[in-house]
Amino acid sequence: MHAIDIKGLTKTYQGGTQALKGVDLAVEEGDFFALLGPNGAGKTTMIGIITTLVTKTSGEARVFGHPVDREPVGAKVNIGLVPQEFNLNIFEKVINIIVDQAGFYGIPRAEAIAKAEPILRDLGLWEKRNEPSQKLSGGMKRRLMIARALIHSPRLLILDEPTAGVDVELRRSMWEYLRRINKEGTTIVLTTHYLEEAEQLCRNLAVINHGKIVERDSMQALLQKHGEKKLEDIYLGLIGETVAA
Amino acid sequence: MTPHKIWTGYYTMIRREVVRIFRIWSQTILPPVVTTSLYFIVFGTFIGSQLSAIHGFSYIQFIVPGLIMMSVITSSYMNTVSTFYFAKWTRNLDEILVSPMPDWVVIAGFVSGGILRGLIVGVAVLGVSLFFTHLVIYNAAVLIVALVLTSLMFSLGGLINGVFAKGFDGMSIVPTFVLTPLTYLGGIFYSISQFPPFWQKVSLFNPILYMINAFRYGFLGVSDVPIWICFTVLLGFTAAFAIAVAYLFKKGIGMKN
Repeated sequence: MHAIDIKGLTKTYQGGTQALKGVDLAVEEGDFFALLGPNGAGKTTMIGIITTLVTKTSGEARVFGHPVDREPVGAKVNIGLVPQEFNLNIFEKVINIIVDQAGFYGIPRAEAIAKAEPILRDLGLWEKRNEPSQKLSGGMKRRLMIARALIHSPRLLILDEPTAGVDVELRRSMWEYLRRINKEGTTIVLTTHYLEEAEQLCRNLAVINHGKIVERDSMQALLQKHGEKKLEDIYLGLIGETVAA
Repeated sequence: MTPHKIWTGYYTMIRREVVRIFRIWSQTILPPVVTTSLYFIVFGTFIGSQLSAIHGFSYIQFIVPGLIMMSVITSSYMNTVSTFYFAKWTRNLDEILVSPMPDWVVIAGFVSGGILRGLIVGVAVLGVSLFFTHLVIYNAAVLIVALVLTSLMFSLGGLINGVFAKGFDGMSIVPTFVLTPLTYLGGIFYSISQFPPFWQKVSLFNPILYMINAFRYGFLGVSDVPIWICFTVLLGFTAAFAIAVAYLFKKGIGMKN
């Protein structure tokens, strides 16, 4: 079963910008998948279409077999999204942010509080549960967004640059957590500009540039194919940049 | 989603909104109560005592229904426009839009918040008005239906404003330049029967006139226009706004892309 199945996906914004130009991409269930590409390549647009926040121009996107435009509810119950930008209600307490999000997925409050505790403990936020989110550090806000995305136990977790601005130590602990939930069965799609992060975590990857997939392979195969090169060098080669000597 | 899950989603939106309204009560409930109290003191007590009765009621008794309605209209409208725009501005709205709640539940959640705030403020203003005059209820059913329908209509109107607002200025243009003049000219402080025929006809183009008169009929049993016309206008505008909101959500206008 494909967690994500995209065929011929295009998106042209009102101003004429063509963000996606016929993208085909499949992500297997249980995969830890990296979606790499420079700024403006089309990653966030693709995620937006998968999560129904952006309307496609043509083509099809399915999540666990559900077309996102024709069966949005079937697709949405399976998705947890951690967006690139902080989008927390700054006045709301940590616990309420999580529990309210659970409510939007039909999880009653008492059940949601019980579900929230282990997630917040795992992410080191339980002690902060009664703090308004505006009082959290940047790293804590990132973790809170992960906790919020996981509260309804999604089968697919989409992380759009989840470790941007997070210090090395915290990033490593987030990696461990993500590895663990992936091992427990959650499919993870990760976009990141930290190529080391993708190399450490992901089994498969795709590189998108100018709205097209320019590479789709397993991490191992890609690295073997390019011999001694690091992922960063391979990536720069794929997106047409000159590798600094 | 099962009906139980849909109910849980709707309840979550309502609960969140009620908690917010009471958490910031000094911004959501207190200002309209203070403003209306000043109207009661200035227009009702000081100036009103010098004026003759309208339709057989003292001036303060005549203006109380309109002043309550003015608070309800403003509170309902401002609640949805501010809640929706703030959610859009912080991109917190995305978390609602990526959830499996159907559009109509999301709309119902935002609109119910507006209705609740309108009703809370309306009851508070009514309570304050009892310090200035005594009121009798002529027809409770008309009063309640007019109150709920008006707050529903303006909650929907606020949501449309919130969808199109592109900045904080965009939230206040309609309330300042459209809603306030129409409300003041909607017969709060006077009966249009006191006007020359030409201005009476002009006043009939103001939709708020019908809402205030329906509400006043519920209290006093008097109205400048037949009550069935009041409710026809009210239902017509509410239906039109509801269709517009459903269309905006279906197309994702002002929310997606």
